[in-house]
Amino acid sequence: MATLETFPSSAAAYFAGVKSALTSVYVIVLMGTYIGLGALTHDAGLSPFWLTTSTVLVWAAPAQLLMISAIGTGGTMVEVALGVTLSAMRLFPMVVALLPVLRGPATRLRDLLLPTHFTAISMWVESLRLLPLVAREHRVAFCNGLSSGYMGTAAVFGFVGYYLAAGLPPLLASVLLFLTPMSFFLSTIKGARLAVDKIALVLGLVLGPLLAYWQVQLDLMWTGVIGGTIAYAFYRIRAVAS
Amino acid sequence: MKEAIVDLGPYFVLILVGFLPNEVWRLVGLVTARGLSEDSELVVWSRTVATALLAGVIAKLILFSSGELAGVALPVRIGAAAFAFLIFLAVKRSVFAGVLAGEAALLLGAYFFP
Repeated sequence: MATLETFPSSAAAYFAGVKSALTSVYVIVLMGTYIGLGALTHDAGLSPFWLTTSTVLVWAAPAQLLMISAIGTGGTMVEVALGVTLSAMRLFPMVVALLPVLRGPATRLRDLLLPTHFTAISMWVESLRLLPLVAREHRVAFCNGLSSGYMGTAAVFGFVGYYLAAGLPPLLASVLLFLTPMSFFLSTIKGARLAVDKIALVLGLVLGPLLAYWQVQLDLMWTGVIGGTIAYAFYRIRAVAS
Repeated sequence: MKEAIVDLGPYFVLILVGFLPNEVWRLVGLVTARGLSEDSELVVWSRTVATALLAGVIAKLILFSSGELAGVALPVRIGAAAFAFLIFLAVKRSVFAGVLAGEAALLLGAYFFP
């Protein structure tokens, strides 16, 4: 059995986690995503501190995008709350899968509160990959370091995007605003591995603008419910047929 | 619930429609001894609804842009997104390459076809 990585102290484990975060490929993805969200925040007329607060409290880029674009375009509360909670349901199975890896014999529930809050796609993928190599008593500290590395990067680059959007000439500012739809567009395609997810994605791309063009009330909510339910029905029918 | 959310304080909105509906799923995960599997019906449905909704937001950002991006002609925006997708497929499904290509296409398109 391979020996697990041990650290002289929890602080050392924490900083090893920070280092892992800052040297991983996800840090580049986060930079791009949060530069884009920073530019959108500026466009929506919100303060950069609002974005930082949402990065720390929400820590989920799709949910933050939903909020910022709704505030910018005057969306409704119920629509955003529904969108955020539906997009956040993916966090639930992630937390359930992560906690057994983190937990050691001496781990208390409150030690797990911070890693639970930190759970998001980048941190989750890296935690499941790296934590099994770390000694159990240092896993929570390592995971918190990893997560703060990612969150810190996101917070800093949100500011970068905000002030770039504020200071750049219109042509370059438009390129910056294009960053968010592009990075979400392609990373959602990449994440949609199953046919059911691809159908939902295509239906959403078509229904979203159509319902908005027809000025349907709560257009985004209906885009999600109709597009998602059709895709799900397809999944059910195929499961029954096979 | 029909009032535009911009009428309420932005930090109040952040807590009410951002933090709470998001954080609840993390906490449910924490208190659940054993959770649903990734293939359970509810998880699949919620994932498809969330995917379609997010795709709707993305398409609206490209087609009904606001701010400086609205100054770029619609065919240029659509063309740049399509080009990004093609490069993404061509370069081993690389998000980075696709985004870079899309941004370059938008910059050139907006410059030459204002």
